[in-house]
Amino acid sequence: MSNTGTSETRTAEQPQHKVCWSCKGPVEASALFCDTCNAIQPPGQLDHFTRFGLERTFLIDVDAIEATYLKQQQLLHPDRFASKSAREQALSSQQAATLNGAFETLKNPVARAEYLMRLAGHEPEGGEGHTVNDPALLMEAMEMREALHDADDRNAVDAMIKDTRKAARACEKDVAEALEQNAYDRAKKLTTRLRYLMKMTEEARAKKSRLAAA
Amino acid sequence: MALLKIHEPGQTPLPHEDERQLAVGIDLGTTNSVVAISNDEKPEVLRDTSGGNAIVPSVVYYGADDDPVVGEAARDQINDNADRVVSSVKRLMGRGIADVKSIAGTLPYHVEVPTEDAEKSGEPMMVRLNVGDRVLTPVEVSADILRALRARAEESLGKPVEKAVITVPAYFDDGARTATKDAARLAGIEVLRLVNEPTAAALAYGLDNGAEGLYAVYDLGGGTFDISLLKMQKGVFQVKATGGDAALGGDDFDHAIAEHLLAERKSGGTTDDLDASDAKRLLKTARKVKEALTDADSTEITVSLGGSETTHTVTRAEFDAMIAKLVSRTIAITEQVLDDADILADDVKGVVLVGGSTRVPAVRRAVADLFEQDPLSDIDPDEVVALGAALQAEALTGGSDNLLLDVTPLSLGLETMGGIVEKVIDRNTPIPVAKAQEFTTYQDGQSAMMIHVVQGEREMVDQCRSLARFALTGIPSMAAGAARIKVTFNVDADGLLTVSAREETTGTEQEVAVKPTYGINELDMANMLRESMVHAREDMEMRLLTEARVEARRNVLAVQAAMNADRALLTSEDEDNIAGAIAKLEAAMSGEDRDLINEQAEALEDASRPFAEARMDARIRQALAGRNVDQVN
Repeated sequence: MSNTGTSETRTAEQPQHKVCWSCKGPVEASALFCDTCNAIQPPGQLDHFTRFGLERTFLIDVDAIEATYLKQQQLLHPDRFASKSAREQALSSQQAATLNGAFETLKNPVARAEYLMRLAGHEPEGGEGHTVNDPALLMEAMEMREALHDADDRNAVDAMIKDTRKAARACEKDVAEALEQNAYDRAKKLTTRLRYLMKMTEEARAKKSRLAAA
Repeated sequence: MALLKIHEPGQTPLPHEDERQLAVGIDLGTTNSVVAISNDEKPEVLRDTSGGNAIVPSVVYYGADDDPVVGEAARDQINDNADRVVSSVKRLMGRGIADVKSIAGTLPYHVEVPTEDAEKSGEPMMVRLNVGDRVLTPVEVSADILRALRARAEESLGKPVEKAVITVPAYFDDGARTATKDAARLAGIEVLRLVNEPTAAALAYGLDNGAEGLYAVYDLGGGTFDISLLKMQKGVFQVKATGGDAALGGDDFDHAIAEHLLAERKSGGTTDDLDASDAKRLLKTARKVKEALTDADSTEITVSLGGSETTHTVTRAEFDAMIAKLVSRTIAITEQVLDDADILADDVKGVVLVGGSTRVPAVRRAVADLFEQDPLSDIDPDEVVALGAALQAEALTGGSDNLLLDVTPLSLGLETMGGIVEKVIDRNTPIPVAKAQEFTTYQDGQSAMMIHVVQGEREMVDQCRSLARFALTGIPSMAAGAARIKVTFNVDADGLLTVSAREETTGTEQEVAVKPTYGINELDMANMLRESMVHAREDMEMRLLTEARVEARRNVLAVQAAMNADRALLTSEDEDNIAGAIAKLEAAMSGEDRDLINEQAEALEDASRPFAEARMDARIRQALAGRNVDQVN
């Protein structure tokens, strides 16, 4: 390829429609199926919120988007295309994978917060394995880890799980508020904390299973 | 069939001149296999011609020169020809030498270990079995079992059967899934979908009962244990979490009993030196003890080995004690899966039992205790998986109101610096899934990058299963950390992985379908296919012809739909051209010439191009007009 490193230019205006690969006629850019010939379309570049018909906001009704998810999966899943042409099967697989990715992102509060930040042009703080420069958070995490290490019966671990979950729920509210106010620096820090809290809950659950198995 | 079916877009049945091909469901089990078919959502197992048994023991006898014998007849050879009989081959599917060494003692046949040279040459380290005078791969043995099941289905249905849904343990890794698909290919079966066994079982129950809510499927077969949690709602079966152990099952119960019997003989003064034949016979005796203890509190058995006969009494309590560790391991795994899904045992509305080993009373009791309810077992646990697979086969070929949404059983990741695994796709992620991760170079001017794909939950590479290694080469010279290498993992609806890597600043790209190191390489596969199917070439041609027809039919329907929608934009000249091209294409489709069909399909595309362009123009004008109105307002 002779691309010399110029970044891809994207037209400011999204096209309203594109050409249907099957009947070659016009089809709406966001359509899942061609309204003329019914052929399944490629997933395109819809953002996850638009895909689920939602406003770009942190506070969403996960049950409602799950219902939309299941409805769309009923139409798009590869099992619906098992005896169709190879091309339709490939498109269905892409559509279903895109839909799965969108749902997984929106369902998880950390992923959803980070996705919202990226949509707004703010790169979130690094994920696992990246350094975090928040002494208060590091201290909190260290204390939680020590407490988990010291907890040696199921009841103690259960209490920890309850605490971290409660803290995570409160933290989620703070993230929502920060994002609502476009306070992205605060949102970044809070999201990192939320990630820690969720990870601690997960580790505590794993420890509980280990204790149960022993 | 229903008299009237209303279809959503994209769900219209395949416009196909051929009648729907028969598709069966196959439970390819460690100990037993079953084949079933479903019509109008009523599945039934296919029995042997005498109307008797649904179960085909997954045992193959390789006689001196005859064709392999599968099933009951093969099992009867265990006493006299132990070295020519292969059983429990499923445990070896997709397994490498290293795995097999750890279970080798439990296998009643010789496993060929590759020489050190072969190991160094980097050739695939697939397990080979020495069976009589033959050397066979597990894939070939499985293919022989599948051929027998296919033959049974064809005999029973009186029609050729070429398509199937085949079930695999949810916990099967990529290697074992690929091996299963390879075996089906060898047996001339097109796999419509690999479905996880517990999911299939839930399908069999779910449709019967129209159940909604959370269900657990506890599946303890001959060689594998699976536990899955499924949520059923509005016709969608969603797997929430799954876990298990690919090397834990009823065979281990047999071994525990066998060891107990040997220990009793030893304490009675008999020291046994078992050969392969003795071991198989002893295991057969052990299985009888196990089965007897399902209903009886104790059983008496005679063991005859090396000319010495001993009589033993085994009580249910003794048996329970022998397997207590194995059973509690399944319960610990079940608790882990509940935790993974953040579900309490109380939330589970029903528990489905699958697999012959769930007949063992101690197993039932442990499951009932954990979930505080009696498990469901009104469908025969040996048949329930095949019945579910048959339902899914019908759904895939004939359409269905139900949908299965499955997940990845194990995490997939890449090796990074220091042998640490970077997870790309977590376990229990819904499939199909596509996920990308960016990496960079760590040396100035680095021109290549090794991509090492692994599967498993551990943090270090050497504790996970290695699936594939490949190199992304041709990275242009850049400072360390400047290259942006995007590695994309794609898992399809069968749970099979494809990995591609792309250097983003230049577009250098490489893609591999992950052929596990332990699988069969493409060359061997091609050779086996050549040997096993004299008509492989014709089959391939036939498939391509069918595909060309399907594609052409879709083309015609699409153009006709467009003409109906936008007739006003159709000039009479275009209409004549299109009609002519359709007539020619349809004539070609009724023939056997694939090239001609493709040629005429292209001609139709050419003939309809002006009309397609007119439709695009009209839509753009319409959109612009709309905007003008907006701006005026």
